[in-house]
Amino acid sequence: MGKRLRVVDVERCVDCLLCAFACARRFGGGGLAKSAIAVRSVGGMERGFVVVVCRACEDPPCLAVCPVGAIRKVEVGVRVDADRCIGCGMCVEACVIGAVQWDAAERKPVICVHCGLCAQFCPHGVLAHEEV
Amino acid sequence: MTGGLHRVLLVDLARHRSWVEDRGRLFAERLGGAGVAIELLHEHCPEGCGPLAPENPIVVAVGPLTSLYPLASKTVAMFKSPHTGNLGESHCGGRSAMALRLAGYGAMVVLGRSPTPVYLSVDADGVRFRDARTLWGMSSSLTAGRVMLEREGGAGHRTVLRIGAAGENLVTYASVTVETYRHFGRLGMGTVMGSKNLKGIVIAGDGDIPVADRGAYQKTYRDLYTRAVRSPAMRKYYELGTPENLGPLSAMGALPVRNLQSTGYGAEPPLEGETLAREHLGRRLACSHCPTACIHLAALREPHPEAPYFYKTTFVSYDYEPLYALGTMLGVERPTDALHLLDAAEHLGLDAMSAGVALAWATEAFERGLLDESVTEGFRPAWGDARGYAAMLGRIARRTGRFYTRLGEGVDAAAAAYGGADYALAFGRLEMPGYHTGPGAHLTHLTGARHSHLDSAGYAIDQQDMKAGQPRSPGELARALLTEEARRQVLSSLVICFFARGLYDADTCVACLSAVEEKWQWDELMALGEDILRRKHAFKAREGFDFDALRIPARTLEAPTPLGTLSEETLREATSEAQRLLASGERFSRE
Repeated sequence: MGKRLRVVDVERCVDCLLCAFACARRFGGGGLAKSAIAVRSVGGMERGFVVVVCRACEDPPCLAVCPVGAIRKVEVGVRVDADRCIGCGMCVEACVIGAVQWDAAERKPVICVHCGLCAQFCPHGVLAHEEV
Repeated sequence: MTGGLHRVLLVDLARHRSWVEDRGRLFAERLGGAGVAIELLHEHCPEGCGPLAPENPIVVAVGPLTSLYPLASKTVAMFKSPHTGNLGESHCGGRSAMALRLAGYGAMVVLGRSPTPVYLSVDADGVRFRDARTLWGMSSSLTAGRVMLEREGGAGHRTVLRIGAAGENLVTYASVTVETYRHFGRLGMGTVMGSKNLKGIVIAGDGDIPVADRGAYQKTYRDLYTRAVRSPAMRKYYELGTPENLGPLSAMGALPVRNLQSTGYGAEPPLEGETLAREHLGRRLACSHCPTACIHLAALREPHPEAPYFYKTTFVSYDYEPLYALGTMLGVERPTDALHLLDAAEHLGLDAMSAGVALAWATEAFERGLLDESVTEGFRPAWGDARGYAAMLGRIARRTGRFYTRLGEGVDAAAAAYGGADYALAFGRLEMPGYHTGPGAHLTHLTGARHSHLDSAGYAIDQQDMKAGQPRSPGELARALLTEEARRQVLSSLVICFFARGLYDADTCVACLSAVEEKWQWDELMALGEDILRRKHAFKAREGFDFDALRIPARTLEAPTPLGTLSEETLREATSEAQRLLASGERFSRE
């Protein structure tokens, strides 16, 4: 089986965003536009953070709502066919945990591919890349 | 140049207008950060400009490594300081650098004065001017920040800069709080914002930064990251944080206590990093793109003063410098008392360091009978009286009456009005940082372009000399300090957090730049660093700075340091040498 990304201890998150930068770097560049992972504070930084990652759903709502069949299921998670995607954003709406990110410049969804690069760069043990 | 670094966002508060200028050449020649900011300050700040005049610009800048590499996490701000009347420069982390860069700007210049209070909402599309009349006069800068963030809503990675009562009321050392727990702390950037009717700035950015040589970038990044998380050089920042310094400085007799009437508590000071961590540390945070997470938040759990079974938990960020200034300098020895004072300074938007040193001067002046209760509006400042000090901080921030107005202009102004200059601890009008390690520390305060301990870290040179067993000559000291200050101009132009100065050695800086298509040799970078430093001094000279007029408070010459009692002659000789080296144009840095 493949490996899945998982948040193992969100209380250790310090909001450094190294995971998000690592994710964006998988395309080679810097910044955050193409990051599939999101870190948000829970109403004030002192109260901690939520780290939103794709859960690799058994029956992915993002796939189900896509009107053009641009999202397909793979062993762990989904893949987006950017050429087929029409940028409607329905997949973003469909994900109740908000794990489908949006690249505003390209008008395309950014969805985690469970490669585990972010976990390699999490210095505080928040994320793990585990066998499913 | 990639990722919009060449774009400078200009904001005219008087006309509520903004525009972008392309300054590719400026960034290509001066990197970014301090190198670019000092040029923009020369351009936009008219000679002789009053620091509170609308013409005084606020410049903020990031650099070519921002949002690309770990620990490249700082924003540099420059302005004419209302506190010293000369060069104002302050650095801040949080999310500020990331948000500005990913919104697509390398720098922002804020000009003019708004007719009514506003805050700015900045993103890739430009600037929106938001009404801040209701936020003006709020008792806590933290509440104002939260309101701005909530109103702006939306996605993207956001930073929020804002001032408190001190900035609104033009206390000359008002700070700017960023993300609740980070600051443009020193030299009065908050005051300049107050003078502009500018309550805050929200910046949202989530763009990308294309990189030409992806392979080199990935490799350089991974090497640097591995060293950053393994390096013992970073450990002190991530374990106990900067308060780790309290113990060693006290033990060596270099920790200023009660306005430097004493230099420590021996090996076990009442305030120290280990106890603070064990008993109060509630959470740690990081600036964006920093694995170290040096931000230490104390969780203060306290019963409600009247109602039973009601508790409140307050989070207070603590670091060495504010604990020195509002703790040991005031004889405040209970950790919870010191944390309360830090919290008060945060809500009021005061520079904790200048405020603490001002209160320390006031306490000694009161003890010596220079002040009485008719002057202090009924207060009897006394070492360790945290409750009294908290109330006095409030009066400083609100500038109530003549005495607190003077205290809100710093110890030089207070001593000019009431006397006690011998123990008014400021250099170049900026209140002293918490290092009485020897001649190096005070020479940094004297010769540093912004009179900050961070300019050239003379306390580190003192500690090297302690190990070597003898201080170096005044000439050698001057050269070593300027070399370090020049190196720091390179770091603050890239822009790297100074805590990572051990990681970002010559080869690392060159490799990081090379991977993003910036071809520099280390020697060229150091030459640029020297030049940036000279450009700062050119600004200072233009605005009337005079090395010979620098005041050395007598107290610093009386209180013994670990390297012996300091001689004014040595300090003057080294200061003159620094002045000569800066004026000569010769390459002074030695690697």
